[in-house]
Amino acid sequence: MAYPPAARSSPPQQPSVKVILASADVQRVVDRIAHQILEKTQGAANTVLLGIPTRGTPLARRLADRISTFEDVAVPVGVLDITLYRDDLRRHATRAVGPTELPPGGIDGKRVILVDDVLFSGRTVRAALDALNDVGRPASVQLAVLVDRGHRELPIRADYVGKNIPTSLAESVKVTLAEIDGTDEVKLYGGTAS
Amino acid sequence: MIKHLLSGGDLDADTATEILDTAAEMATVAGREIKKLPALRGRTVVNLFYEDSTRTRISFEAAAKRLSADVINFSAKGSSVTKGESLKDTALTLQAMGADAVVIRHPASGAPHRLANWVDGSVVNAGDGTHEHPTQALLDAYTMRARLGRLAGLSVAVVGDVLHSRVARSNVLLLSTLGAKVTLVGPPTLIPVDIAGALAPGTDVSYDLDSVLPNVDVVMMLRVQRERMNDSYFPSAREYARRYGLDGPRMRRLPEHAIVMHPGPMNRGMEITPEVADSPRSTIVEQVTNGVSVRMAVLYLLLGGNNR
Repeated sequence: MAYPPAARSSPPQQPSVKVILASADVQRVVDRIAHQILEKTQGAANTVLLGIPTRGTPLARRLADRISTFEDVAVPVGVLDITLYRDDLRRHATRAVGPTELPPGGIDGKRVILVDDVLFSGRTVRAALDALNDVGRPASVQLAVLVDRGHRELPIRADYVGKNIPTSLAESVKVTLAEIDGTDEVKLYGGTAS
Repeated sequence: MIKHLLSGGDLDADTATEILDTAAEMATVAGREIKKLPALRGRTVVNLFYEDSTRTRISFEAAAKRLSADVINFSAKGSSVTKGESLKDTALTLQAMGADAVVIRHPASGAPHRLANWVDGSVVNAGDGTHEHPTQALLDAYTMRARLGRLAGLSVAVVGDVLHSRVARSNVLLLSTLGAKVTLVGPPTLIPVDIAGALAPGTDVSYDLDSVLPNVDVVMMLRVQRERMNDSYFPSAREYARRYGLDGPRMRRLPEHAIVMHPGPMNRGMEITPEVADSPRSTIVEQVTNGVSVRMAVLYLLLGGNNR
């Protein structure tokens, strides 16, 4: 992720980096979301978790893992690639298409919980809803995110939020996960160093 | 990503693999209830066909439509071409109508290359003369990879009328890029002298089909172009079939896992017998299915982003 342009002051100062969630915090937050899902869905019956690549995929697997630890129910997990549904496709060089893997039982008539790392403009979720519409007809759709950083550009909200982080548009939020990046961490970059 | 797809040699190994991987994702769309993706919404694809074709034109049309592009079909018959309009003027007309991509089939080798200089959009070669047919090579490579699990190290025999075959030329270029070893097989009159070295180093030539068969993973039969059968490239159709046709006994001499391919349309009883064409080893129907996925991948990678 690119740093925002440096402030006018010179000499150039280091962009500030703030750890919002450390490894143990991330695990606690995932545990809490898993509990909330169990509570809100009465034991996660008839529920499917769909991760949005890249980092929603391991998050969805972790949630399913925690749910099966807490209540001994196996929640099917899948991957929903949204590349071909993005609204900014033609503003960038062609993006590689990733795999979409639906669980064997499909999603028709199920409660689908979309899982992503950061909720920002809401455009990714909009694309995911369009993609979902083409692969099946779920009974209902919910959204779980690790971080909600605000600045929505569409009328979209999350049902399960790990951490609300008030940010300015000059800042950027970076989530790293052990499965992909080696460590679990949520960091806030940039803005004015304080 | 490249702007045009004119030759099997345009693709390096990474780009070709990216196309095949993307095609594998596109293939999952065919199994869905709604066989449609929004990726090329608002883009216009023109199918410019100066030569008869069923599967290639329909395949490109289906691919573009599944990606939500608008498709304009143009065939030389019934158009201003019969009034004497040149390729360039036709191209400029298409340009003025805002074509984002032109898929062209033309009897003259090199026509797509000329077209690429005249239009702003992407040009996809869908077969030019006896020169190249790159999307066919891509779908053949995709089919081999799907059936055999890999391309690197495969031994592929391309059998028949290599001289007039654009399919053979594109396949030699692409397959050698992807690490497969190609042997061209056919009567000496139908294999150009020194073609192997000129196209891709490492390509072999053989005039004896029976000695090649036990050592290959893939046999690709080429159509004997009936329109050339009186040009004395070989004494008679029967003799050709006996020496270079793939029949049941020959098929049984192939290794257990080997597959039989044909780009179509087939001359049953000439280069391939019905027993072979309809056997489980034959991938002929799969090739048509895979053609749509591969062409979706090509159109998406050429037109999907802002590559201008």
